[in-house]
Amino acid sequence: MVWAERHRGRLAALAIAAVVIAVGVPLWWKTTETYRAWLPVAQINELAQLQLQLSVEVEVVFSKGTLTAEHQKKIPPSNTRQEEHVVDETTRLRYRYETRYRTATIMEEDALNQSTAAEADISLHMLSESPSGSVVIYVVPESSTVLPEGVSVYVGQRRTALLRAGGQMRVAVALKEVLASLETWIKQVLQVMSFSHGDITAALSDRVRPGDRSREGLADSMRAFKSSPGYEITFSLLNPDPTSHLLHWDVEAAISSYIQPLLSKMAPVANFSIDSQILYYAVLGVNPRYDPTLNAYTLNADSLSHVINPVEARLGSSAASSNPVLNFLLYVPDSRHSPLHITDHRRHTVPSNAFSSPRWGGIMVYNVNASGTELPVDVHIDMRRVMGVFLPQLRLMLGVQSAAPPPGFLIGPCGNAGLADWELDRLMWTRSVENVATATTTITSLAQLLDQIGNIVINDNIAEQVSSAVASLQLAVGQLEVGNLGLAMQYSKEAILQSERAFFDPSLLHLLYFPDDQKFAIYIPLFLPMCVPILLSLLKMASEVRQRPGQGQAKKD
Amino acid sequence: MGTAGVSASCINMASCSSLKILTLLSLFLSPTIVETNNIEAKAGQFFSSGHTNNWAVLVCTSRFWFNYRHVANTLSVYRSVKRLGIPDSHIVLMLADDMACNHRNPKPATVFSHKNMELNVYGDDVEVDYRGYEVTVENFLRVLTGRLPPSTPRSKRLLSDDRSNILIYLTGHGGNGFLKFQDSEEISNVELADAFEQMWTKRRYNELLFIIDTCQGASMYERFYSPNIMALASSQVGEDSLSHQPDLAIGVHLMDRYTFYLLEFLEDIHPSSTTNMKDLFKVCPKSQCVSTPGHRTDLFLRDPGSVLITDFFGSVRKVEITTDTINLTAPMVHLEDTRPVRELRTEIQTYMDQLPVAEIIHQKPKQKDWHPPDGFILGLWTLILLVFFKTYGIKHLKHIF
Repeated sequence: MVWAERHRGRLAALAIAAVVIAVGVPLWWKTTETYRAWLPVAQINELAQLQLQLSVEVEVVFSKGTLTAEHQKKIPPSNTRQEEHVVDETTRLRYRYETRYRTATIMEEDALNQSTAAEADISLHMLSESPSGSVVIYVVPESSTVLPEGVSVYVGQRRTALLRAGGQMRVAVALKEVLASLETWIKQVLQVMSFSHGDITAALSDRVRPGDRSREGLADSMRAFKSSPGYEITFSLLNPDPTSHLLHWDVEAAISSYIQPLLSKMAPVANFSIDSQILYYAVLGVNPRYDPTLNAYTLNADSLSHVINPVEARLGSSAASSNPVLNFLLYVPDSRHSPLHITDHRRHTVPSNAFSSPRWGGIMVYNVNASGTELPVDVHIDMRRVMGVFLPQLRLMLGVQSAAPPPGFLIGPCGNAGLADWELDRLMWTRSVENVATATTTITSLAQLLDQIGNIVINDNIAEQVSSAVASLQLAVGQLEVGNLGLAMQYSKEAILQSERAFFDPSLLHLLYFPDDQKFAIYIPLFLPMCVPILLSLLKMASEVRQRPGQGQAKKD
Repeated sequence: MGTAGVSASCINMASCSSLKILTLLSLFLSPTIVETNNIEAKAGQFFSSGHTNNWAVLVCTSRFWFNYRHVANTLSVYRSVKRLGIPDSHIVLMLADDMACNHRNPKPATVFSHKNMELNVYGDDVEVDYRGYEVTVENFLRVLTGRLPPSTPRSKRLLSDDRSNILIYLTGHGGNGFLKFQDSEEISNVELADAFEQMWTKRRYNELLFIIDTCQGASMYERFYSPNIMALASSQVGEDSLSHQPDLAIGVHLMDRYTFYLLEFLEDIHPSSTTNMKDLFKVCPKSQCVSTPGHRTDLFLRDPGSVLITDFFGSVRKVEITTDTINLTAPMVHLEDTRPVRELRTEIQTYMDQLPVAEIIHQKPKQKDWHPPDGFILGLWTLILLVFFKTYGIKHLKHIF
């Protein structure tokens, strides 16, 4: 029967269409989909709006003679001051200074009665230890002799400062006026010892592309290395003339005595690995000129930029990691070009005889007096002088800024480690903010990238790393809010490591770009021959169903 | 102020002569003032480009002996870049084939860029980072984006930071919107633009100079959308880049025209020259190159006239004189030799069998992968089947299928 066959045909076509739509399409969708693990997108978008709060604990200690007895009784125990800054539409900063006031204890009074500020500083340290990130200011009366003439503030080795009470404090009657006049000085002290708004905005340069910055600001930002979990430092001795000079340098002892204390103190900020080498017959690429007035050879500052490249080709590097490398070169000129002096732009000789290149390292020229009848002459290099030049260069490269202090300030010597505690705090503030800024941009740009390009596979380990980076970031921001600088630094380092590992994971390579016309070209020969009979039979059935009521009526007639 | 005071008192003739002397003196003084201003301006220029280091990624994408000119192109740019100061540690050189030691090279260990073998660009200290089959689209994109496996050595990585100027040079066979790698795969201009955008989001470059010497090269820079990129190409869309000259002894074309004139231009540059990018755009006009070189500067923030050639091709370092020193007073602590005395080894050591000859000789033949039958064989079967059915009729078809 034709009708039965036709009916069977219709059922078959419907069944095939049903299977194709119900089973085939989901199967095709599932098998051609890329595996994308779940990412905490909501939290990442939250991080895109960065609102940082930095809390500094300040303790102000009044010694005898600075406050009247009346004022001493009415002193408020604490005071909080907040400053809000909007950097751009996604970044806001809030600085919170929690100040506590108290009077000095008897032991502190004794310590403050020392003859010089440096001694007072040392004795004060023996009394108490302040946590990282905090600042203690001792206010001494105007008549006190501990501060030299003309100096209002002395910044010590640790986290303390000695502030001379100004004349205004004597004149002011109300406690409020006294505290207000003290505030201006305290603000200045905090800008030197803790952080200034300029430092923090410079640290945020990863998020906020600086528009017009002053030339000094730009030079500062280009000089120091960006925050990195580790650095490799190489000390090299260049001896172009081994036949005349036989050089001995006790670099291991010098490093362990002078450089290692600094690096151990900076251990919370980064890891360091040091090595040293001696290069023979390594020449500078520039010929020095003989200057008869100085009776010496000179290298002018303009030609110094061409010195580094020929030397760098010779410097090997045993670095097995991708950390930035700092090179410190000690060049002993050959006997034909001795002595060799470096002159600056105004043709004056430079006393340190050294120069540095931003983000690369430093070079020092060490002149030896090779007066001896027997060649080669034994030369023992004075490592103290050499390290006295390399150490400040190292400090500059690592970001320990030594900006000129405001007038009336006296900065104390930095101690055995070559780094004062408050300098380390300063560095930790800027580095943790920098780390947080970099980690947030990395995570948000990774999320944006994965969103934009739908073909990238997101494995589980990447999702895990992103989640842990987000968690570390939130912890770091929380610790900065509370003011625990050490923990904030640690969490920010973890956040950076994890976010970089997630961003640079080798499996995230988007390789296959399919423009839409190519996608059609691939799928049409596969699906069209199959879909055409199904569609045509469905259409035929639909037209028959529409015709049947008409036919039924005709038949009835 | 001094001259004003003098002019006020210049009433009689005698003091007027002293005024004349004073004006003469001030005329002598002003050049020195101008000179110090110049020195300050030069110092300012040190920081105007905003970069502290230079990197170069030089890629040759074609293999086979007849593509000798592409390897010569890349090696000549490598040579100029090294001569102008970029060290090997900052150059990633990718050559898809080895021409110097190719068995068809009549002068082994040389790659010439000029006929009559005038200039050997291979030299003594070429450091190729990616060679042969390692030059793939995937590796190239991995180098650019930094997504390399952790075991990759430093020399194979592009360790640039936000203050690096990068020069990227590509050469090979290309078409409208793609560049062919190794005769088997291609990179499209969209992928390249995406890779640059990923570099920008991670701040892996300060400024980027992109030079491409292929047919229809301008199509490769059409899709860039990241800031601070300047691009040059040897030909427009629809044009072919032509090669320069063959050498009859070697038997192949030695260089492409654009890179040949680029090399000539670069030979005149030395590390302290002040030639700027506008001169680079004029290299190889249509009369010499036959194709029309193009450039794209709309994404670049600075004016090309203020960009020095050495900002990208050379590596001029900024320097600062060290003014602070620290007076170290603590004496040096001499380290005791705390390393343990190494005990002498007493075990007998033997080398492992590095060449197991017996295994190699008696090796079983390797299982070859199954390939579907060749076109010729398929055609033969089809012919046989057709003949069979023609002879015996189509009704036997249903017994076969």
